[in-house]
Amino acid sequence: MSFALFAEQLLNGVQFGLMLFLMAAGLTLVFGVMGLINLAHGSLYMIGAFFCAAAAAATGNFWLGLIAGLAAAAAAGAIIEVVVIRRLYARGHLDQVLATFALILILSEAVRMVFGPFPLYLSVPPELRGSVNLGGGVSYSLYRLALIGFGIATAIGLWVLIARTRLGIRIRAGESDREMIAALGVNIKALYTVVFALGAALAGMAGALVGAIQSVQVGMGEPVLILAFVVIVIGGIGSIKGALVGALLVGVIDTMGRFLLPRFFSLFLDTSQAMGVGAALASMLIYVLMALVLVLRPKGLFPAHG
Amino acid sequence: MTFGRKLALAATAAVFSAGLASAEQVTVGMITTLSGGGAGLGVDVRDGFRLALEQSGNENLRLVVEDDAQRPELAVQIAERMIQSERAHILTGIIWSNLAMAVVPSAVAQDVIYVSPNAGPSALAGANCHPNYFNAAWQNDMLHEAAGAVANEQGYTNTFIMAPNYPAGTDALTGFKRYYEGEQAGELFTQVGQTDYAAEIAEIRASGADSVFIFLPGGMGISFMRQYEQSGVDLPLISAAFTFSQDILPAVGEAALGVLNTSQWSPDLDNEANTAFVAAFREAYGRTPSLYASQGFDTANLILSAMETADISDLDAFRAALREADFTSVRGDFRFASNQHPIQRVYVREVVEVDGEVTNRIIGVAFEEHQDVYGEDCSM
Repeated sequence: MSFALFAEQLLNGVQFGLMLFLMAAGLTLVFGVMGLINLAHGSLYMIGAFFCAAAAAATGNFWLGLIAGLAAAAAAGAIIEVVVIRRLYARGHLDQVLATFALILILSEAVRMVFGPFPLYLSVPPELRGSVNLGGGVSYSLYRLALIGFGIATAIGLWVLIARTRLGIRIRAGESDREMIAALGVNIKALYTVVFALGAALAGMAGALVGAIQSVQVGMGEPVLILAFVVIVIGGIGSIKGALVGALLVGVIDTMGRFLLPRFFSLFLDTSQAMGVGAALASMLIYVLMALVLVLRPKGLFPAHG
Repeated sequence: MTFGRKLALAATAAVFSAGLASAEQVTVGMITTLSGGGAGLGVDVRDGFRLALEQSGNENLRLVVEDDAQRPELAVQIAERMIQSERAHILTGIIWSNLAMAVVPSAVAQDVIYVSPNAGPSALAGANCHPNYFNAAWQNDMLHEAAGAVANEQGYTNTFIMAPNYPAGTDALTGFKRYYEGEQAGELFTQVGQTDYAAEIAEIRASGADSVFIFLPGGMGISFMRQYEQSGVDLPLISAAFTFSQDILPAVGEAALGVLNTSQWSPDLDNEANTAFVAAFREAYGRTPSLYASQGFDTANLILSAMETADISDLDAFRAALREADFTSVRGDFRFASNQHPIQRVYVREVVEVDGEVTNRIIGVAFEEHQDVYGEDCSM
């Protein structure tokens, strides 16, 4: 095992983690502020990717596609909040899960009706194609490096928004006591719509960015959604900082597990067996991590509410 | 008389009267993947099947289609429902080998015929072969064996091999290794439905391989190819047709150009039946058919050919008629081996761009009259 391989895998883990963060941030915000479990978050990821691919194909420009994907996901988020989600705040989590699960089915079928059952083509923008040499024999895909940059920039942007702006103050106030801020004259309905649309936009952005190197297809959001839930459980539900730390932990541990475990087992098993056992254990690793966190810190690493 | 008995009697009467109404009506239940990352494959099988049905004008075949969402437990439920409520005589349509393993053994044990348009797991081709199980496509290993032979021909001596961890994936690597004579730079199992291959590509880069063999059907292939193109790893790829089939080539684009892959069929295959099929499919659906569409089309024609000569109520005669395979396959010569899996020619194809469309072109023949190795363990 060379240094270059190790460094590349570490970068892969960080990149994966930051994309998970974009998904988890929206999910945790919505849960923290509104107390809502939104299973349809993965569908917004899918909507972002599909609109990005369609707009990029029509205009020939990935960046216009990215804006379109972001806008479409935000708009879809706002519409869904006003039409469906608004009626669910006062209900129990079971009703929320049922309703948002129904949304997954409706949105998947709608996307299939509009865009067809076949995966769409979305290519990496020309200025980010190919790979760069990072020194020390480490060569890495330029686009993935850009994804890391995007992830960090979004994390900083979110922190500024939450900690330094009036909207951020209202969001934090909404998290701690929603009746009180409503009584103080804040339009809580509008605030909820904005927060939901913000989370949707983040998911849409993740979908569009990842869509360029993965397959833009119906149902692409659900596997990521499960990981995003793992992330917010580890990080502490409602906490953006927790989402960031949790996402990086999940990304790095998953990638390094898939990379190192088969090597570890090949020390005393033959190659095929070691690959099989290693791969099987690696796919469990993040769930083991989640279980450990739940045992040691039941409210996650950075609990939002004490 | 107990309630249960009444019910049983009523059911028998219903079956009996239905039987009288139309003696040779055959119900075909198609369980296939119409949503998720594998949707393109199932849609093509279904559309190919429907095209053959429309062309035949045969109104005695009733087709019931349901989406399995690539989930084994759902496929099992649908199969039960199709056998119990729809009274399906024949099941078909399953794309994925893990779903086939969950559905086929219990279905064929209930005197239902299963004709596979795609999956051909090794476990069903050998000692566990069954008179009611027919495979109209291939045994899983077959096309990968050809890929192994092509790797030898290309002079590759240090190939990295990779496939998803499910029955067809293990069959793929087994098949490739059966013919490939060089060294192995590395071997990896990925997850079914995996979308990020960064870790695997890093392994490939570090392995010192001179070539890479992959089996990643559907959306998995698209994701891998996009990321491989961006990674700067420039090793030649080799594969069976699944990762470079028409269902995903438009989404992969130019990254696939020049890749050699092996198949029993290709859109440019020059025979009368195939030319007509490709033209009719383009006319009907506005796209070039994939390997899967050709298999769906052949599966339908195989079933229709048996209906010409035998009645479904006489299961022995119907099976015998299927075994004859008396239809014109779009892949050319086609017949069944003793384990009811195909004996067929396997071609080498290259991904090329024709009139702005990324597609495949035949450049040679890997095997003539190729048959799977498991048939000898089958005692039928």
